[in-house]
Amino acid sequence: MVSAMHMSDGLVNAPTSLLFGAIAIVGMALCLWRARTDLDDRTAPMAGLVTAFVFAVQMINFPILPGASGHLLGGALVAILVGPYVGAVCIGIVLLVQALLFADGGLTALGMNVTNMALIGTFVGYGVAVLLRGLARRGRGGLLVVAFTAAFANTVVASLGFVLEYAIGGAGGASLGTVFTLMVGLHALIGIGEGVITAATVGAVAAVRPDLVHLLRGTGPTLVRKEATA
Amino acid sequence: MSAGHAHPLHLPRDSVVHRLPPQVKIVAAFLGVVCVVATPREAFAVFAGFAVLLVAVWVAARIPVVWILRRSVIELPFVVLAVLLPFTGPDPRIDLLGLSLSEPGLLGAWNILVKGTLGVLISLTLAATTPMRDLLVGLQRLHAPALVTTIATLMLRYLDVIAGEARRMHLARVSRGHDPRFLWQAGATARGVGALFLRSYERGERVHLAMLSRGWTGAMPVLVEDRTTRADWARGLAPVGVAAALAVTGWVIL
Repeated sequence: MVSAMHMSDGLVNAPTSLLFGAIAIVGMALCLWRARTDLDDRTAPMAGLVTAFVFAVQMINFPILPGASGHLLGGALVAILVGPYVGAVCIGIVLLVQALLFADGGLTALGMNVTNMALIGTFVGYGVAVLLRGLARRGRGGLLVVAFTAAFANTVVASLGFVLEYAIGGAGGASLGTVFTLMVGLHALIGIGEGVITAATVGAVAAVRPDLVHLLRGTGPTLVRKEATA
Repeated sequence: MSAGHAHPLHLPRDSVVHRLPPQVKIVAAFLGVVCVVATPREAFAVFAGFAVLLVAVWVAARIPVVWILRRSVIELPFVVLAVLLPFTGPDPRIDLLGLSLSEPGLLGAWNILVKGTLGVLISLTLAATTPMRDLLVGLQRLHAPALVTTIATLMLRYLDVIAGEARRMHLARVSRGHDPRFLWQAGATARGVGALFLRSYERGERVHLAMLSRGWTGAMPVLVEDRTTRADWARGLAPVGVAAALAVTGWVIL
């Protein structure tokens, strides 16, 4: 979904950029450490390929209305599919590469972009999904509702991160109320689209390989060893 | 597989800037943006100075000005907020072309616009003069965690493969009559994304096995061992020195 969430340079002052840069580094270090315990020596290839998936997905455009299209941001999607730690690492690396190679999002705003989208977004999305896990286990309909809600919450709360950073060190002259209304209103609409696409995608994965959906891990029928009888 | 060696914003040339070690360029670009962001917004002349400095770097890097300006439209989505500021900002208001605009709002919009634009132009300069692989080598030499650079390397190596798969799925859908116009018709596309995830994940498992069979121990071997000299750092950081002087001037003249 077309998003104003990638912050550019100069939107907030230098000390705030530094503060959120530090938060992003600490958060990403924690996620990397936990991702390694999730995936052990498979971490690099698995996270690498999932990151390539996120990058490719952001290139696919979805129709919203005739003439208007947007793309998936994917925070809640990867969190549900591969867990919050690997998910946050993937989104963080996508943001890093976008800033360095594609001039997408400012270099000094990288800390804030990582904090909002990789850390806050992914973990809020996953937290919502875990809270509703009981519903997700009940069946396909439940899983779709949970995926939609998680993606919606991810988008809206990540935009609240933007508002928070603007409140701390905003360099513009806009009142906080205006920024809040604009960002949250816009991202509530974006969140609906993100939610619909995320739900349909999670549903498609769960229909084929439910064992790969991190959120549903450990819910399938367990294999019972039985002795052969004559 | 040539994936991961070129990207759309790279402009292969042979120039002083292109030959600089990547870590020097990353540090210089970052510090340059910091200088821009730290400059007070009322120091209008200083921002013109930054622009002149950037043009000088482009001349040294043999990048056509038009080429880089055309690519800076990337910035457009970010300036949405800036457009609204003059209308919604607090008093005092001034009249301009028949519109009643907020003075602090105008200043705020100028601040976001000029710093955002200069930031994008600096990032574009880095991307134009540095191939993808070199950027990752640069991050590695700046002591970014090995896991991050390894994941990023693998991601860039397979990006073209995954994106190519996505393109083929799209082509297959379109050739079977798929033409969604509204969000609620995007189900087939979303199922395609689900299939793309499965293929990526399963490919990751195969890549891991292939890496293990070639002796993967958890760290990438270092293949390039170029020495970075003090002269490289001095050359790369010279424009940053000028930028810092400009930023200080900005604070002094106000």
